[in-house]
Amino acid sequence: MTSTASPARRTSKAGWNILGLLVAATAGFPVYWMLDTAIKPAKDAIDPDPSLLPTGFTLDNFSRAFDIADFWGPVGRSLVVSLSVVLIGVVVGMLAALAISRFAFRGRKIVIVGILAVQMVPLVAMIIPVFLLLNDLHQYDKLTGLIITYLTFILPFTVWTLRGFIVNIPRELEEAAMVDGCSRTGAFVRVVFPLLAPGMVATSVYGFIQAWNEYLYALMLLSQENQTATVWLGNFTTKHGTEYAPMMAGATMMAVPIVVLFLLVQRKMAAGLTAGAVKG
Amino acid sequence: MSAADTTTPAKVPPQRQAPPPGPPPRPRRPASAKGGATTPWLLLAPCLLILAGVMGYPLVRLVTLSFQKFGQSQLWGFKEPESVGFDNFSKVLGDGDFWQVVLRTVVFTAGAVVFTMVLGMLIALLLQRVSGWVKTLINIALVASWGMPVIVATTVFKWLFDADYGILNALISKLPGVDLIGHNWFASGPEGLAVIMLLVVWGAVPFVVITLSAGLTQVPAELEEAARLDGAGSWGVFRYVTLPVLKPVIVMLTTLSVIWDMGVFPQVFVMRNGHPEAQFQLLTTYSYDRAFVVNDYAQGSAIALITVVLLLGVVAVYMRQMLKIGEVE
Repeated sequence: MTSTASPARRTSKAGWNILGLLVAATAGFPVYWMLDTAIKPAKDAIDPDPSLLPTGFTLDNFSRAFDIADFWGPVGRSLVVSLSVVLIGVVVGMLAALAISRFAFRGRKIVIVGILAVQMVPLVAMIIPVFLLLNDLHQYDKLTGLIITYLTFILPFTVWTLRGFIVNIPRELEEAAMVDGCSRTGAFVRVVFPLLAPGMVATSVYGFIQAWNEYLYALMLLSQENQTATVWLGNFTTKHGTEYAPMMAGATMMAVPIVVLFLLVQRKMAAGLTAGAVKG
Repeated sequence: MSAADTTTPAKVPPQRQAPPPGPPPRPRRPASAKGGATTPWLLLAPCLLILAGVMGYPLVRLVTLSFQKFGQSQLWGFKEPESVGFDNFSKVLGDGDFWQVVLRTVVFTAGAVVFTMVLGMLIALLLQRVSGWVKTLINIALVASWGMPVIVATTVFKWLFDADYGILNALISKLPGVDLIGHNWFASGPEGLAVIMLLVVWGAVPFVVITLSAGLTQVPAELEEAARLDGAGSWGVFRYVTLPVLKPVIVMLTTLSVIWDMGVFPQVFVMRNGHPEAQFQLLTTYSYDRAFVVNDYAQGSAIALITVVLLLGVVAVYMRQMLKIGEVE
């Protein structure tokens, strides 16, 4: 649509804009309502004639959320699990991504197909054997067990994404460095790695979000005392007579850091991946 | 993984129609001679080891389990699991409940996928027609809902649809002649699942919109112009120009959505406070229920295996697309 629009066009544009605002309001409403409930006085949350606008500002719901159940324990465990998964995942994934993007070898295609296929196995279907396996290995209710399990769903995705980023770095750069006397490893560390860093950060943040958000495995593989943050929030609902205002405060604390992280990497991820896919 | 989480921009479909601006594609990479054949395998080893151990082995175990008798006593090691052939499958398949669950899952998945794709397409088209600031607003709302952890989204929806204090009942009751105050959305299965479907669709639409929007920018304007000159209306242009160009992206998104929406678990589980009633069971929760509530791990595995097999066709389509674009050489 050009700016030299006729009046008819302008009215139709206004119509589209109104529709667009409605879409934005509908899509954003749950998020808005979560924030609104979290900060308004708890008694306003159960007003039979609720106001759509914020009715006040209080942090009581947050402190109540801390009281209902230990908050920092689960958050700490989630952090430990997610950070370990990302650290191991990125290092191991990086090596694998290098192998499939910079080397030609027999069986490469099978490896790629395998990694893609693994990503497609519905995790829910795997919970029974994974539970039994960790039970046999005495890893039930251990954070290490959960970390290893999460690696299997972070890894394929990490490998595939990093592959996309690596493919976008011209191999001529590496070759030039090698001509100038760098070893293959040296060329990688000095040339490829710096260029890859932003992609690695984005992939790590992304993996972190995935691990942080996981619910089923955290629920099944850890006992109540060792629950993670998502299970903590899920358990808010099991108490008789759920207190929604503190629950929304808890939800807000869970969501805000994650949404911010997500906003930071979302564009980068999409761009890197698409480009990688096209150039292959 | 579920739809709301975003495992997969990993598979953001490429825009194949128009070559990206920038340097022309490099010639196929030459096979790298240096390093020999052992280096890549050494590099791959840790990754493959982990995948084989924690994915491959359980996958095999899933299959063997579903042909065994495996309950509490086997779990604690009092008894060895014994092979029972196809017993678990015949029990599962002979159970009327199971077929109801299958039907429910298929309807749920189909509904969620269709709504996600249609809404996603409509919003993507709308994005092309609104002013810049409206577009920004929509994008903010979409990315915020996309980034919401599934559990958070589920608890928020629970609150929105709460029978007594939920904002939704209050708002709907403002309409003349409607009184939904105190209406319990989860009293019946279909209605409750519709709410859960809404939750799933709400979480899944942003990814579809953003991917399709990227795809739409690749539709050549000249093609649309030409179609219009030839007398095609808006629908005609969409049907005969836009849709064919977007087809690979749509196939990709649809297959992914099917895979995700069939795997919906936490939404149902948390929505129903950890104990989904019979009329809320989907294949995933049903398998979980068999294994961990009834303590029949073997039957649970059989159900999980059937779910995976049901999905295989869709996965095959997806993988083919993926290999066409991603792999390559």
